[in-house]
Amino acid sequence: MLIIGEKLSIIAKRVREAMMRRDKGPIQEIAKAQFEKGAGMIDANIGPAEGAEDLMAWMVTTIQEVVPAPVCLDTTNYVALEEGLKAHNNEWGRPLINSTSNDPERFPILELTAKYNCDVIALTVGKGGLPADAEERTEIAAELMGRALEYGVPMEHIYLDPLVLQTATTQDQALKVVQAIKMFQDLNDPPMKTVVGLSNISNGCPKHIRHILNEHFLTLLIYEGLSAAIADPAEIITTVKTVDILMNKTLYAHSYLEM
Amino acid sequence: MAFTPPKETNTGKVYSVTIGSGDAAVTIGGENVLPFHGFEGVVPNKPAIAFDVLDTAPVDWPDTVREVYAGVSDDPVKWAKHCVENLNAKAVALRLSSTHPDNGNRSAAEAAETVKRVLDAVSVPLIILGSNHAEKDADVLVKVAEVAKGRNCLIGKAQEANYKTVAAAAMAHGHMLVAMSELDINLSKQLNIMITQLGFNKEKVIIDPMCSALGYGLEYTYTVMERIRLAALTQNDATMQQPILGDVGMYVWKIKEVSASEEILPAWGAMKERGIGWEAQTAAALLMAGAELLIMRHPEAVAAVDAFINELM
Repeated sequence: MLIIGEKLSIIAKRVREAMMRRDKGPIQEIAKAQFEKGAGMIDANIGPAEGAEDLMAWMVTTIQEVVPAPVCLDTTNYVALEEGLKAHNNEWGRPLINSTSNDPERFPILELTAKYNCDVIALTVGKGGLPADAEERTEIAAELMGRALEYGVPMEHIYLDPLVLQTATTQDQALKVVQAIKMFQDLNDPPMKTVVGLSNISNGCPKHIRHILNEHFLTLLIYEGLSAAIADPAEIITTVKTVDILMNKTLYAHSYLEM
Repeated sequence: MAFTPPKETNTGKVYSVTIGSGDAAVTIGGENVLPFHGFEGVVPNKPAIAFDVLDTAPVDWPDTVREVYAGVSDDPVKWAKHCVENLNAKAVALRLSSTHPDNGNRSAAEAAETVKRVLDAVSVPLIILGSNHAEKDADVLVKVAEVAKGRNCLIGKAQEANYKTVAAAAMAHGHMLVAMSELDINLSKQLNIMITQLGFNKEKVIIDPMCSALGYGLEYTYTVMERIRLAALTQNDATMQQPILGDVGMYVWKIKEVSASEEILPAWGAMKERGIGWEAQTAAALLMAGAELLIMRHPEAVAAVDAFINELM
């Protein structure tokens, strides 16, 4: 399973300050640490980035100077996004856009996806608010896939995201997300790829139990075939490796966690 | 419409490994497909066969294989030269049997002298094996590695009980290493991990998952080899991508099927043919399972397996 390192987010004070000052040091340090812990891709969340249309391109270049991996471009700023895609080095894989959805305002993202031949996260939410269950998520996913075809985006470039909700406020949603992961894959042959923003499950919970909720939830999702998770690699790598062993995807050895 | 056979491709690849030095060096491995599946990918090198040479005249070998080396087996230098010059050996496995505490207990210094003499006499790649006594091997192989410096020999066998010493000696003097575990795929992987964690280059290791003769647990060896190869190719497991050794001869030439005469067991047919066939058949099975390097004893069995390899390549 692909780990997309979540730590380079504008929500974190240190990262935000480094972004504002265009200080490469902390950005590269965090990117490298995530890569070494097992991230196969680095998420760069710059938020709306109003008036900072060059920021995503700077982030992409800064990250790829030290990490041989593709970047997940996470912003609602269309101009900054396009600049970021232009700056991206595809040597280690296609960039991933985070994200489009079934909201018509987000359709232009699909245009960019096709234009730059990249991958895209498709959130299964529409304009009408949050999805109620797995079936509704799957219906939206099917609509999104149809829309993507219109724009010329191949199905294997799409990661369907069922939108993880907080256990602390909507406890019944966790299992519905797990079901959606299973149902999404049946929408196409070869199966659709899937992704989650993992830590959402423990949002609002006390800090010391958050990693427990994240890791156990991840186990259920991987069992159903999850392709990728936006998460903290240092936190989940043990779970990912262990589930790979239990599912017989990696050959067991006593030192498997060290590999 | 013409029939197009389906092809299975893999993400992983076996390391291409060169043993020995100079013009006589031998390269094995490098394939990205199951054994002999050249039609699905790349198989750049043939499996190699080394002739088994003991450092002391064999007393417990059955006549069929002992007689072939009568006249040379009293001296490992003569024996090795005979294999290279008369039997066209591409590699020699020098087994330091007489260093075993129960079989002469020769010293590490004596063993080193033997190795030096053999290295001076032949230029083909040399596999240098201890007596399979973990403690004594640690002592012997350290000295031996030193005198063989510069010849890129394959040294072993490193096992759980002595791998630190043996690997350090091989590393210090630029040799390759046989990593042996006892018919357990998980322990085989674990040993490879531990050896590489010492700083040993993972591309200079040969896996020996332990051999067995046809009728004596060959299916266990076969399965372990096959699973090692599948982990290397289909799961792209970097800890299992080394070539595999089948130490065939020593397991075959001690079973009753190769030494019981036709007078005693007429239904089993001619003893000589039976023994040669037994060794060749065991070796061929292990090639199919994934072995790239074999150690064998009878020249006629080697010739049969060579022909088999050439047919399939």
